[in-house]
Amino acid sequence: MATPVAAKKDASQDRQKRMIADHYGRLSRTHLTGEKNCYTYVPGNLTELLRTFDLLPVLPEINALQSGMRGKTREYIAAAEKEGHSEDVCAYVKSDIGMISSGNVGPTGERLPPPDLLLLSYTGCFTFLKWFELLREKYKCPIVMLHVPYQGEGAITPSMRKYVVDQLKEKVIPILEEVSGKKYDEDRLREHLVRSAAAEDDLVAVLQSAKHRPSPIDAYFGGVYYIGPMFTAFRGTQDAVEYYKELRSEVEARMAQGKGPITPEGEIVEKYRVVVEGPPAWTHFRELWKMFGDEGAVCVASTYTKVGGTYDFGFRHDPAHPLETLADYCMGCYTNINLPGRVDMISRYVEEYAADGFLINSVKSCKSFSAGQLMILREVEKRTGRPGGFIESDLVDARYFSAANIKNRLESYFQMIAQKRAATGVAVGAS
Amino acid sequence: MTTSGLKDLVAGADALYRDYRLGSVRAWKERTGGLAIGHMPVYAPREALHAMGVLPVGIMGASDDLEIIRGDAYYQSYICHIPRSTIELALNGSLDPLDGMLFPAICDVIRNLSGMWKMMFKDKLVRYLDVPQDFDRARGAAFWRGEIVSLCAELAERGAKPLDMEALRRSIAVYNDHRRAVRGLYDLRKDEPWKVPTAELYPILRAGLVMPVEEHLAMLGAYRTMVEADATRRPMDLARVVLVGSFCEQPPLGLIKTLERSGCYIVDDDFVQIHRFILGDVSTEGDPLDALARAFTEHAIEHPTKWCEKEKGADLVDRVKASGAGGVLFCAPSFCDPALLDQPMAVAAMDRHSIPWTAFKYSENTGQFQVIREQAGTFADSIQLWSTV
Repeated sequence: MATPVAAKKDASQDRQKRMIADHYGRLSRTHLTGEKNCYTYVPGNLTELLRTFDLLPVLPEINALQSGMRGKTREYIAAAEKEGHSEDVCAYVKSDIGMISSGNVGPTGERLPPPDLLLLSYTGCFTFLKWFELLREKYKCPIVMLHVPYQGEGAITPSMRKYVVDQLKEKVIPILEEVSGKKYDEDRLREHLVRSAAAEDDLVAVLQSAKHRPSPIDAYFGGVYYIGPMFTAFRGTQDAVEYYKELRSEVEARMAQGKGPITPEGEIVEKYRVVVEGPPAWTHFRELWKMFGDEGAVCVASTYTKVGGTYDFGFRHDPAHPLETLADYCMGCYTNINLPGRVDMISRYVEEYAADGFLINSVKSCKSFSAGQLMILREVEKRTGRPGGFIESDLVDARYFSAANIKNRLESYFQMIAQKRAATGVAVGAS
Repeated sequence: MTTSGLKDLVAGADALYRDYRLGSVRAWKERTGGLAIGHMPVYAPREALHAMGVLPVGIMGASDDLEIIRGDAYYQSYICHIPRSTIELALNGSLDPLDGMLFPAICDVIRNLSGMWKMMFKDKLVRYLDVPQDFDRARGAAFWRGEIVSLCAELAERGAKPLDMEALRRSIAVYNDHRRAVRGLYDLRKDEPWKVPTAELYPILRAGLVMPVEEHLAMLGAYRTMVEADATRRPMDLARVVLVGSFCEQPPLGLIKTLERSGCYIVDDDFVQIHRFILGDVSTEGDPLDALARAFTEHAIEHPTKWCEKEKGADLVDRVKASGAGGVLFCAPSFCDPALLDQPMAVAAMDRHSIPWTAFKYSENTGQFQVIREQAGTFADSIQLWSTV
């Protein structure tokens, strides 16, 4: 067996690792410290609001994907299926259920506390609704549902915003007060939102650095690390502000030096620029990244990095309108945008990031992403004239990852781009 | 009434719903010049459409009657079957008489189908119906009322009569009559299941999706009169079961017949639920739009597509008790998130109350029933022989 290559880390990565370790450490000690926590989801997370009540967020999808990366989901999913959960449904849910049944040990190897509150921010994913019904059965704890309307007509209307704000005021905030024992302090929320907006500016600068050639970042595989603090427990914190400032300066330095993205295997020399739609296969994250890297393929934009918030088209949390901005944030998350909107977004990325084409990683678990992707493929090809590729896998169910199939498809896809370039007389890496 | 009259009625209903080219809808449009608007399961505010002179048309896939060729090109293998047949029907021209389509918030697949429809049929009205998951009057019902008003405005722009409150009140009253008639048949089946075989009731219910409500009311009445008068229908020693999970993609009729032949009286089910989604009458007093919106938030059935604020599975326990069933068939379509994610919680509730259950999956074009027949038959036998429920 080959010795794994040690991944090279930037200072910002070390900082993020420390932030995560501290957070999970705090969670593991809540039975001693008395700190309260709130389980909620990445899309439509209300981290600034939770922090206003000093509640620690716990995100079940993050636990599931971390379990996938640590090779734990095979046993967790098997445990859930033994309990009667269908093989047809989302593997995040089954991983989470299996993890709970196996002692609820989190990504850092420490035990996670049971929820003091389940905040179901019902944003962009039907499964969320059932997932928290399942957790409520397990934990018998307080729960509150925030229904975030879908952008079915491609826009946020005043009625949609009012509906969300009313729920925040009349339902969510009162239960946060009750669980935390603290009064709602809107000024404190505004302070969090100011910090959110500052971090969002830097995150967008990082993501948009990929417009540069060569791109200093990989906006999909690398991108999932960049969005980590923003999408999870840290938006609105000073830690997040510092992290994104540091990350931005590292990326801008790489851009100034004309360097490509850092990967676990080293720096990629950019041959192909692609946009990626869909979540990664967490169980084979590094293997999949290497397949791209081996081809010289750099992901210059991705939709997955917008599931916890879409910032690159101008949205920022606005401290002047704290609850309205939270409503707009929720409704703007990627999977809450209708299919025509998703096609627009991907097409725009292909053009603005001068991509050679786009790839869809269609995951079996997530129908919110996957249903309609074959049409997205055709529509984006039609609009941009760039070729689309399609691979299939799963979020955390390793049974659906066929390395040989995926590698074969990727190689064929990049060969096709190379041949197209040859036919038009454009050198590889200079489209 | 004659047995042949009854057979003709059921055969007529069967032919109506299996006419996927919507002959009855085409004829209605020629006769009235009105708009016809399709809707996917499981709920749509049909009263509002009716009040505007619009014919609501329920689309529930194409069962095992249609070979899917182009529809499969739109979906990966792990997506359920109903969107494939729905797209196939649209692409082969069957849905041409429809001036639009409504996609209620059932799951992410149907939600995303609304976006696909927007891209594929740009000249048609296409709406995602974001029914509220907050059931408070001032929040959820108010939001839903606004959505209905917005839908009505769009219909009016396309030539429907403007929404008139008195007309809406009358439409609510007609649908109240319809709900009572459907509930009456369900009660009759519960009390005397040998008189109302589900293999007959099902086509009668499906026919109601492609015809005006007034005509369907007459059909329901005629069917009831005929089965009550049919002295040849005698009780048999079969197991009484509640069937759940089949609220969106429908099983082929052959599967329903198979279950009955295997020894089951289906005494409650989830088929064509739009006819029974609202419990009781919608108020015809006060603001009818308000009443229609509140019917959903306050008077609708518990459902896997809705946020459940109560104890999970309690409604199913109640249904089992109310129908005098001896067990539950969990009969869900493959890859159906609402049904399959809900199932473990419903199963736990059955176990807590010692209610026997069995589970299997299907797709709308399932053609092999032998395994299901054996499973259901064994289950029916076990209920008959050993159940203490």
